[in-house]
Amino acid sequence: MSLPLLLFFVFALMAVLGAILLIVAREPIHSALALIVVMVSLALLYVLLGAEFIAAVQIIVYAGAVMVLFVFVIMLLNAGEEERTNWSRMAKYVGVPLAVVFLFWVAHWMAHAAVGATAGYAPGETFVTPSMTADLSKLLFTTYLLPFEVTSILILIAILGALVLAKREEKS
Amino acid sequence: MIPISYFLVLSAILFGLGVVAFVFKRNIVTIFMSIELMLNAVNLAFVAFGRAWGQLDGMVFVFFVIVVAAAEAAVGLAIVITLVQDRQSLNIERVNRLKL
Repeated sequence: MSLPLLLFFVFALMAVLGAILLIVAREPIHSALALIVVMVSLALLYVLLGAEFIAAVQIIVYAGAVMVLFVFVIMLLNAGEEERTNWSRMAKYVGVPLAVVFLFWVAHWMAHAAVGATAGYAPGETFVTPSMTADLSKLLFTTYLLPFEVTSILILIAILGALVLAKREEKS
Repeated sequence: MIPISYFLVLSAILFGLGVVAFVFKRNIVTIFMSIELMLNAVNLAFVAFGRAWGQLDGMVFVFFVIVVAAAEAAVGLAIVITLVQDRQSLNIERVNRLKL
């Protein structure tokens, strides 16, 4: 087994275990930490795919900014242990089997998709493709310049929206 | 050499786990986190497909998804804060004003 493949299995296992821990954990803060594990292992998988820029953004924006926001809100709301509620009979006997079937169906379909054997790291290929980030930024600032600028407006509106919602005046 | 299909299967598994968490968790903040998990799974599929066809557009799309997810998290958590201050509970089943 080659080293990249071994690394893939290690990080994939980390991601799946983190996702399962997110479901199993009863405290929201444990779920948040599990999600950080998932995001970091996904960033490492992006490096394996040759997308270093996306990996860096994943670490900085997701594992850094977004998850700090989540942890901050959990602390602010003093979120304790989750209340247990009974599942409805419908969810138990129809929902769970359907979810499992759907999951395996999608996994099976993707495993046999037409892209199957086309890409990945060829034996002679270098581990890191150096020009990828340069090409990506060129694409981002030429073809996708307008969407890129629009996202800055989106971020601005999101900041305003968050401020308006969180700092609402108390109505008497 | 890693077959691209491995990444797609991992993406499908993570998305499925995100859906399971979304349906089964009762905590508003945790449900929000499962949405982020699903977005991450889709990002992985985007990068893998972009890699498979040698196209960088998939990675540009991932960049936009990350930006939109950050904006969504900021607004969504603000909504969660107001909701929890209003209801004094994080349980999603207490948020039932629109329920018939």
